[in-house]
Amino acid sequence: MSTITAETTGYVGRAMKRVEDPRLIKGIATYVDDLRLPGMLHAVFVRSPHAHARIARIDGAAARAMAGVVGVFSGADVNAHCGTVPCAAAIPDLKAPAHTVLAGDRAYFVGHPVAVVVASTAYAAADAADAVDVDYEPLPVVADPEKAIEAGSPLTHPALGTNVAYTWNIGGGDIDAAFAQADRVIRQRIVHQRLTPMPIEPRGCVASFHPGDGTLTLWTSTQIPHLLRTLLPGMIGVAENKLRIVAPEVGGGFGAKLNVYAEEALCCHLAMRLGAPVKWIERRRENAAATIHGRDQIGDYEVAVKHDGTILGLRIRTIADLGSYLQLLTPAVPTLTGLVVTGCYKIPAVRMDVVGVYTHKMCTDAYRGAGRPEATYLIERLMDLVAGELGLDPIELRRRHFPRPDEFPFKTSPGLVYDSGNYDGALGKAMELARWDELVGRRDARRREGGLSGIGVSTYVEICAMGPSKAMPAGGWEWGCVRIEISGKVTVITGATPHGQGQETSFAQIVADRLGVPIEDIVVLRGDTAVAHYGRDTYGSRGTAVGGSAIVMCIDRIVEKAARLAAHLLETTPDRVEFRGGTFGLTGGTGKRLGWGDLAGEAYIAKNLPAGFEPGLDASAFFEPQNFTFPFGTHICAVDVDRDTGAVQIVKYVAVDDCGNQINPLLVEGQVQGGIAHSIGQALFERTVYDENGQLLTGEFMDYALPRAEDIPDYVLGSTCTPTTVNPLGAKGVGEAGTIGATPAIANAVIDALRPLGVRHLDLPLVPEKVWRAINRSRSTD
Amino acid sequence: MGVPIQIRVNDTLRKHEVEPRLLLVHYLREVCGLTGTHVGCETSICGACTVLVDGKAVKSCTMFAVQADGCAVTTIEGLAVDGSLHPVQQGFWERHGLQCGFCTPGMIMSAVQLLDDRPQPSREEIAHGLRGNLCRCTGYSHIIEAVAHAANQPRARR
Ligand code: FES
Ligand code: FES
Repeated sequence: MSTITAETTGYVGRAMKRVEDPRLIKGIATYVDDLRLPGMLHAVFVRSPHAHARIARIDGAAARAMAGVVGVFSGADVNAHCGTVPCAAAIPDLKAPAHTVLAGDRAYFVGHPVAVVVASTAYAAADAADAVDVDYEPLPVVADPEKAIEAGSPLTHPALGTNVAYTWNIGGGDIDAAFAQADRVIRQRIVHQRLTPMPIEPRGCVASFHPGDGTLTLWTSTQIPHLLRTLLPGMIGVAENKLRIVAPEVGGGFGAKLNVYAEEALCCHLAMRLGAPVKWIERRRENAAATIHGRDQIGDYEVAVKHDGTILGLRIRTIADLGSYLQLLTPAVPTLTGLVVTGCYKIPAVRMDVVGVYTHKMCTDAYRGAGRPEATYLIERLMDLVAGELGLDPIELRRRHFPRPDEFPFKTSPGLVYDSGNYDGALGKAMELARWDELVGRRDARRREGGLSGIGVSTYVEICAMGPSKAMPAGGWEWGCVRIEISGKVTVITGATPHGQGQETSFAQIVADRLGVPIEDIVVLRGDTAVAHYGRDTYGSRGTAVGGSAIVMCIDRIVEKAARLAAHLLETTPDRVEFRGGTFGLTGGTGKRLGWGDLAGEAYIAKNLPAGFEPGLDASAFFEPQNFTFPFGTHICAVDVDRDTGAVQIVKYVAVDDCGNQINPLLVEGQVQGGIAHSIGQALFERTVYDENGQLLTGEFMDYALPRAEDIPDYVLGSTCTPTTVNPLGAKGVGEAGTIGATPAIANAVIDALRPLGVRHLDLPLVPEKVWRAINRSRSTD
Repeated sequence: MGVPIQIRVNDTLRKHEVEPRLLLVHYLREVCGLTGTHVGCETSICGACTVLVDGKAVKSCTMFAVQADGCAVTTIEGLAVDGSLHPVQQGFWERHGLQCGFCTPGMIMSAVQLLDDRPQPSREEIAHGLRGNLCRCTGYSHIIEAVAHAANQPRARR
């Protein structure tokens, strides 16, 4: 056996290309729609074209008579056999309508499923769905959440007697004193527009029931196979231990697939009822109408300040448009806003009051960032407003309110404890990368020539690595398993469910380094509850920080066990055995060393084990984080605005993000860039629009403006590294940073460009028409 | 009601009888079993279904299979030759041009056409050439780099 003297592998921290890519770039990966089972039937849903209507009659006779049709089912046929769609958010005094899998006698939003047709082919099912005759009697529509809480408003769910689902508040410090002591109060109303997550792969699932053993397998395009396995039994009556959920290749989630959907439960029910596998693939129009939306808060914000800019307090009243029902986390999202609403600033007093309101729209829920983009956008917008009104430098104002690095762990007024941070470090680095003085010089020069140019800054902090179980609806831990196979190959199983984030690669990097094995010998399995028995899946930027930490625990346990076996085989005691470079030997000795293949062979063949030694060489672990992590950073955006068209052009974009230790910087960069693109969409183009009748006007890619390649600037990206202390990897999470940090930088830049015209605020998205109107309104009042 | 068609798919001649309304993308996926070509919208916006028809990038959700009768179609599965990746595929791998991978086959096929038309494109030309393909994961920067990476490879295989 050769003697390896140093850890030379060093995979962690390297920008490695991904092991998952070959199957994807060759077109041979398996997404849900690629599954074909013998005898598989196809389901197509009939959906309400009305936002609110009484369903007088559903006539499926013509559909049933069509070739290939196996069945047509309405709410009357299935709702008694399926449990209601669950909401996991624990909000006191929450008023919730029963969310049946198909509409009962009323439809409550455009896209509400009212019937389902099952046929032998997808084309036959679609034809038959068109032939289902539904009589609707339109009813008064509640579309505007502010009008919804006025006296005399029609009711979204008349049976609830109110449109208010809940009220909630969070506070800290003496808010009344803060406002009493203020020299000025700066106020702004901000509308956080509704957005549609729009993964390029819509949802879809295949359910297959095995009557022999009573087990059911559901392949579904989801971020949360494990949460589904916990929650679906209550809907379909198959016990958890007879239910297998598989998330195969998943074509993007962004929170849209962090949910338990009626269609998933119904396909399971129909597979049992019809005795054949049932597949449903969502079409884009359904995805836009009946997969969760995000954001949609209207806030009235007040900042209590001293003349010198010292911020004393922040008072917020928010109306959150929940849509017509509660999905998994619908009411919790605005509460996440409240937790981080003071951003990365020392603001001694805060009070936020939230009213969650039902309207006849699709539910809102956790779209990438989930509540934190609202917080960052509002606080970063307010910092600029305060600076503007008091004639202060927005950078200086921010700096003055940063906690210093030595003040961490830092307790905020809403009551969180930020783990670690160096906010000024990230800001300074971003300004350096942006060549701040040149950037300001350019802007000022263009202004002197009559051009419209602006610079915007966002110094964000976010809350990631969700999370400590005491703060989560149902367990915030993650599970993992590492197994040294008898051959010495290594199998890693994670309860996280990556769907593009690349943990098949980054977890292998972690394991390769810590076990000292070549990365090629490692396989990372995920996304199948029959393989990864427990898990809490992927959302809230938790995959690496929480899931990766469970893997580290497994490795520590295996190394400890292997050392005991090595001591036995080397005829010494465990305390005299050292583990180095993937082999075990006598501490400081030059003699025989045992590798993983040697030890695994002995551990499984089990003829020469120490007394009481359990055969095998694997370990599983639950990692329970003691706190969230709080990644942070600074984004700087410079824009030019075309006076004649209102078009915004990003001329420079600098992002410095600090997500703690980076396992694979290439993947981190991908997450940041992808996140910023969502922000560019939110800031400049994207808006989910319902008209006053609750009709969805953004039901296709044609009407909902996702950013395209041409909309993306050439970024300057940098990072600082302030490891977290709450997990053994020192990693904080980065999946949502771009989406949380970038929107306010872009918005602030555009408003800065318009500032010379007297514009103080515009709501997003800053589409050319809106910007053009702002320019011309100011011109006409000149 | 079936219409006979002959399409050379990835260098194999296929003969089938199909419904006239069958979309080319569904023909490729359901009849030929080539599921690498994806469906993201069916309205010719997202580009996930892009294939080459007689060497030109086409959104296969906007074409009927019968319209491809007599044509040669290349899908993502037919791009690698003898197991070695096409330079555009290699570029996507090297530069992390994909995350979930769902847009990727269509992106790659569009990029192949783009480089055929313009072997040394600028960043702007790449972005412009990919305007018919949506990606919600990557934010496009790495995709643009991936195509630039492919453009810098020897031309032999393109
Ligand atoms: S599926 Fe063809 S363009 Fe979207
Ligand atoms: S990689 Fe997911 S949509 Fe492009």
